[in-house]
Amino acid sequence: MTNQASAATAPTVTVVLPAALRALFPGAPSRLELAAASVADLLDALDARWPGMRDRLRDSTPAVRRHVNVFVDGRRAKLETPLEPGTEVFILTAMSGG
Amino acid sequence: MAKSLHLLIGTKKGAFILDGDPARESWSLRGPFCEAWPINHLIADPASGAIYGAGGNEWFGPAVWKSEDLGATWSHSSEGLAYAEGETPIKAAWSLAPDRDGLYAGVEPAGLFRSEDAGRSWRQVAGLRAHPSRPEWQPGGGGLILHHVLPHPEDPRQIWVAISTGGVFHSADGGETWEPRNKGTRNDFSPEDQRYPEYGQCVHSLVMAPGRAPGRTERLYQQNHCGMYRSDDGGRSWDSIEAGLPSTFGFPAVAHPRDPETLYLVPLNGDAQGRFMPEGRTAVWRSRDGGASWQDLRAGLPQENAFLGVLRQALATDPLEPAGIYFGTTSGALFASADEGETWTCIAQHLPAISSVETLLVEG
Repeated sequence: MTNQASAATAPTVTVVLPAALRALFPGAPSRLELAAASVADLLDALDARWPGMRDRLRDSTPAVRRHVNVFVDGRRAKLETPLEPGTEVFILTAMSGG
Repeated sequence: MAKSLHLLIGTKKGAFILDGDPARESWSLRGPFCEAWPINHLIADPASGAIYGAGGNEWFGPAVWKSEDLGATWSHSSEGLAYAEGETPIKAAWSLAPDRDGLYAGVEPAGLFRSEDAGRSWRQVAGLRAHPSRPEWQPGGGGLILHHVLPHPEDPRQIWVAISTGGVFHSADGGETWEPRNKGTRNDFSPEDQRYPEYGQCVHSLVMAPGRAPGRTERLYQQNHCGMYRSDDGGRSWDSIEAGLPSTFGFPAVAHPRDPETLYLVPLNGDAQGRFMPEGRTAVWRSRDGGASWQDLRAGLPQENAFLGVLRQALATDPLEPAGIYFGTTSGALFASADEGETWTCIAQHLPAISSVETLLVEG
């Protein structure tokens, strides 16, 4: 399935972005809705709107960066974690990186 | 013609710029820039005037920052600044060097990247990490970093890099293949019969002397964890020039902008005693004869209770006449000399720990 096809059928989720990330991408809001079927999809969708944002959140392993936390339904998620319609995804900078 | 001189300062908490006049008498500080990311090396491309900052943030990874308006506005990119899936990811960009057609970036873990679109995207110069010695490169105190890149001033196929700890490597084919160039440099921390290996030395700083005569090979200087060296054949062989210095240990070295015989260093008190300047007395050391003899330069520098350290990229010259010399300390002070090191003034203090100092002269 191509990214475009998956986006067309992907659930709509809400994502909350941390202030330190928004400072790097002027105009990025603290909260927005996107269509994404997984955390990896979500980062792709963010990157499509703000080129370079994916690199700030995941490394080349590929994995969510060590000092970034992505929470889905209150649990720490990985790139492959699936997203359900209406899910709130919180992207947070980890205390360990500060 | 009006000119302005700018000191580009990379620190553990952002980039700063000190704006000065050509007389080098008054300075004003701007910053922190780059969202207070650790900036390991802040440089200017003299051709375009663009400023680039190599850094890495614990949360958000590596990036090269860029300003085309002397620091007023900044952008950042790490597009392509990545190893293949499964390899240890890049933690930070560490060193930058422009040449005629592009820009090199050295990174941690050690590798070399190149941009030919003014820092918007990067590609790995993959031949370096394909060198068979790579599995044996080990992290030094600052990590496994590629901290100096020297593009040849005329021949774009030739590049030297310095890796801690891997040693000096040279490519004659634009980065496709590489050879170690460490002959004559010592590894005091290896067994006695293995102190002159082909690679694996802990080079701390690598600089090229200016003004190469036609037909002559390049003169390089290096400050090593274990000694100070000069090469008159582009690094194929190295000779010790540490006699007369107070220590074999230090981080930065910088060549005079016009005189290939003149070199500046900041010797520290060894690797096991705090890495301060000896006896708590601040000094820059200068040779006027290619390292045959040395003199300490202290006028205006603190001479008691000054436990200062200077990192590998935190010593710089400007292109003016006489040359200005600058160094930044890990305690956040910046010292300047407008007379080739004869006298010094503290022109900034209370900055974050300084990682790098470079200069940019803008013709008005």
